[in-house]
Amino acid sequence: MSSDLQDQDYTDQLEHEDELWNPGHRACAGCGPALAMKYITEAAGENTIVANATGCMEVISTPYPESSWGTSYIHNIFENAASVAAGVEAAYQAFDRRDPDHLDVQDEDDVNIIAIGGDGATADIGFRALSGMMERGHDVLYIMYDNEAYMNTGVQRSSQTPFGAETTTSPAGKESIGNDTNKKDMASIAADHGVPYVATASISNPHDFKQKVEKALEIDGPKFLHVYAPCPVGWGFDSAKTVELAEMAVKTGLFPVFEMEDGEITSVNKIRDREPIDEWLEPQGRFKHLFKDEEKGEAAIEELQEWIDKRAEDLGLDA
Amino acid sequence: MAQADQQNPSDEQEVMKGTSAVAKGVMAADPDVVSAYPITPQTGVVEKLSELVADGDLDSEFIKVDSEFNAASTCIGASAAGARAFSATSSQGLKLMSEPLFTAAGMRLPIVMAVANRSLSAPLSIWADHTDAFAERDGGMLQFHAEDVQEAIDHVLLGFRVAEQVNLPALSNFDGFILTHVQEPANIPDEEEVSEFLPPRDPEYTLDPSDPKTMGAYARPEHWTESRYEIQRAMMDAREVWADAVEEFRDVFGRDYTEYGGMLDTYYADDADHIVVAMGSIAGTIRNVVDAYREDGEKVGMVRPRVFRPFPAPELRDALADAESVAVLTKEMSPGYESAFAGEIKGALYHAESQPPIKSYVLGMAGRDVKPEDIAEIVEDAKTATPQMGFKESESWPQLRPELLEGGDDL
Repeated sequence: MSSDLQDQDYTDQLEHEDELWNPGHRACAGCGPALAMKYITEAAGENTIVANATGCMEVISTPYPESSWGTSYIHNIFENAASVAAGVEAAYQAFDRRDPDHLDVQDEDDVNIIAIGGDGATADIGFRALSGMMERGHDVLYIMYDNEAYMNTGVQRSSQTPFGAETTTSPAGKESIGNDTNKKDMASIAADHGVPYVATASISNPHDFKQKVEKALEIDGPKFLHVYAPCPVGWGFDSAKTVELAEMAVKTGLFPVFEMEDGEITSVNKIRDREPIDEWLEPQGRFKHLFKDEEKGEAAIEELQEWIDKRAEDLGLDA
Repeated sequence: MAQADQQNPSDEQEVMKGTSAVAKGVMAADPDVVSAYPITPQTGVVEKLSELVADGDLDSEFIKVDSEFNAASTCIGASAAGARAFSATSSQGLKLMSEPLFTAAGMRLPIVMAVANRSLSAPLSIWADHTDAFAERDGGMLQFHAEDVQEAIDHVLLGFRVAEQVNLPALSNFDGFILTHVQEPANIPDEEEVSEFLPPRDPEYTLDPSDPKTMGAYARPEHWTESRYEIQRAMMDAREVWADAVEEFRDVFGRDYTEYGGMLDTYYADDADHIVVAMGSIAGTIRNVVDAYREDGEKVGMVRPRVFRPFPAPELRDALADAESVAVLTKEMSPGYESAFAGEIKGALYHAESQPPIKSYVLGMAGRDVKPEDIAEIVEDAKTATPQMGFKESESWPQLRPELLEGGDDL
């Protein structure tokens, strides 16, 4: 950084009094999930309780005695954000029925209860808690931010890591093409629980994501949002290109954007002329091995493309 | 001598299964949220609470969770929101709760749980011992052990009172089957009486959106130690809070648990030459053995820690000071060392002026029956204990069946 820049006074630009996701947190430059937190709080507003799972968004936002959260916030452990939120919701149901004066808020329906977890905390280790919360019908919005691996512990493979991606536990090698599974379809799993509102969104389209958060919060019962949030460090790309990578994932169809209401797909963000997946793979360090070994790499890219095409067909993704 | 059977004469007693009685005691505490999962031998508690809610007798949110892990986790959310939260479990279920329970202590959430004590697998066993409770020893939860059903009820009420004052979770232990499935007369306090003793919870911090707080922040090395120290301080504070609570409990309910500040219950221990120390329901059998010795003019007595965390070290120092022998009867052990209970009692006496010889007896594991004659044999054996005895001689497994052991009993 030049001394000119260091000498400038940015104080004015650092005032964010009305924000509920405050600057000064420890997220890396270009962090996709940090953008997701900003959009979630903007959409939900101050009458909100957030239950966050252990993970990047937890450690970077609340190093004691500092907190970026302007909403009520609780973190407990890695795999129980859905249950903690369910417990909060049950408490508010009890207060509302038994002791309405207990709270300053008029009734519990006014309070937004949101659980937030990364892909590992949600789709893997916290799956039981999530399933239980959804199945029991708690009035909780669960938001899974998906950066496609365990980033907080240093980029290990999760059930959301795409096929072919190299992580520290799915390394590419003589006998390995990287991760050998496709992304677990959490939206369908949530919808199959009878969850009335399920949607996917990308941080590349904040307007769409925030609208979905707002819409979800209007609906009584469990809601599930899957938001795509690239990680420059774990994926190995220029931190200026986070939004671009998120948008490309949508345009290639790797991350389809859609809504499901009462188990049926009710809207799909149609893509005209889907981009081939290699356009998205190439700028990322985690896929570089696919472009070194032409034969193996091409076969893997083809396999991933086939999975994307099949999903696109199932969803009616192509315009 | 303070015993649980000093009933207020006007109090009516009911006879019902231990788990039902505990559930009705919980009802009187009027929790906002109950979240529990079935496991033998606790299941009766969760069943009865479900029934009370279904019949409209208990106005709690009852969360039908998918596991004990999420019973504890939902209680954490509810308690953080400001609710009075209750759960119940046993054995494997308590192990599954262990991770969130430690955080309930760290986050200072006064969740109260009834633990129907049972052995831990493997081999699988559904029967009573204290292995499950001892495995949670270092979590920062208050722990009490009941001798009978009445205490199992009363310890839950005392548990809420003390937990909510010192902001720590509490495990109210009562022996699986021996107390969960027994039918014995007990007084079930009604909600009106209890509300006098246990006012609605009034937490200092909650997840109230009108006053946003961050709970469960991440602490770096420069802050973590103090949070652990605060748990220790709260445990020490709990001693006095518990002492006050048992006094007020006596005034309201007529049952007197005030001996040694409510930490110990003793039976003919004051002048005893030979003292048996044990926790839980086995104390009932020990009383019979003590009676028999006393009839023969022999000074045998019993000391029963009612509270296990905070550990009643000063009280034990006092109660065991003049004994010629101390036999620790325990339904747990820490493989590779010795009974954790015996080890802690020995630790308590390290600073004492007088240190009676202590021998521990691992027995009653996984429901193995302990008869009065077994205890009498132990009392006789303990008389031979000396301060000079070796480590191997300081522990005995009197109920071992060598014929089932490969190579016999060669410890």
